[in-house]
Amino acid sequence: MSTITVEAAQGSALESEMEEAPPGSFVVTLIIRRFIPELDEEPRWQDFDVRVLPTDRILDALHKIKWEQDGSLTFRRSCAHGICGSDAMRINGRNRLACKTLIKDLDPSQPIYVEAIKGLPLEKDLIVDMEPFFESYRQIQPFLQASGSPVRERTQTVAARERFDDTTKCILCAACTSSCPVFWTDGQYFGPAAIVNAHRFIFDDRDEAAQVRLDILNDKEGVWRCRTTFNCSEACPRGIEVTKAIAEVKQAVLRGRP
Amino acid sequence: MTATLDAPRSKPAPRRTNWEKWGWIYMRASGVVLVVLIFGHLFVNLYAGEGVKAIDFGFVAGKWASPFWQWYDAALLWLALIHGSNGMRTIVNDYSTGPRLNTWLKRAIFVSTVLLILLGTLVIFTFDPCPTGTAADLLPSFCAAR
Repeated sequence: MSTITVEAAQGSALESEMEEAPPGSFVVTLIIRRFIPELDEEPRWQDFDVRVLPTDRILDALHKIKWEQDGSLTFRRSCAHGICGSDAMRINGRNRLACKTLIKDLDPSQPIYVEAIKGLPLEKDLIVDMEPFFESYRQIQPFLQASGSPVRERTQTVAARERFDDTTKCILCAACTSSCPVFWTDGQYFGPAAIVNAHRFIFDDRDEAAQVRLDILNDKEGVWRCRTTFNCSEACPRGIEVTKAIAEVKQAVLRGRP
Repeated sequence: MTATLDAPRSKPAPRRTNWEKWGWIYMRASGVVLVVLIFGHLFVNLYAGEGVKAIDFGFVAGKWASPFWQWYDAALLWLALIHGSNGMRTIVNDYSTGPRLNTWLKRAIFVSTVLLILLGTLVIFTFDPCPTGTAADLLPSFCAAR
């Protein structure tokens, strides 16, 4: 009698589990580098088991943890569609956007390591202080500087637009800069993202301040610190050829003009 | 926090000579020349003629008797040592975080490089296999005094 009751209870538990678990789903372990400044002296690794679909993204897994398991888990995300650049993080040792990294593209049979991007001050869990990153971005004057009043459209040939097309794709997620080994040890280095955004204006023929930007980047902490490690090109979630852009800026500095 | 720009369109203050830029150019230029010089060096010393078996005191003395090889080896010495020490400087900049350690390591690299270049250059251009006034048994077999 009692045995039957237990079996029935187990059966219903299994059914509810089956209802929650969509076909094809499986449990994956995420090991997240946690740091809560009020509680932790040092960052610590914490693991979470999450039921996911292979087509889920790391961001979905993080949401599940935050909403269902541990509300204190802190991370940034805004659009969740790979365009705002909020959720760059180090996933299995590589900088990626959590919203563009599918579980199936990693190895779900192994634990997935998630930590904040390196080189910028850690504030909480997966959040870093982006201010030093934006400071160097501001220093390269990332805005069009053209003389004359803008009474009509500033036209440009297709070829002239093509010249800097690649570097217009930057979303300022900091995946490149925080993957750069030079930036890790020398926080004064402008970093790939700032150089990419300088490239976007240096090679824009409507802009008239290329020389100013070339002077700014022809600095001790400018383009010459680049060691062509290609970490930045590999990290860029937008597929920008970052190292190539930096090399083009170097050539422009040597020529003295774009 | 508001974004502030201090005089955004002003030109940066003129700087002294930009060593980072010249360092970068030097590494590339010397690298290309070194490839040629080093392979020439290896070919002549290890392969041409009798090959590696020919290398001895007399072989080096014979090479440095010619101004061509003196200047060849001097160029190799200067280019390679400066190239190498500039690379070491870069590594120090990358890995030593403390400013004092950084300065001292770079000073050590600079001093050792200058010392090696001066010593090497001195040897290349003042090398005399048969110095006068030396005991005959210390001289190599090809010297006239022996």
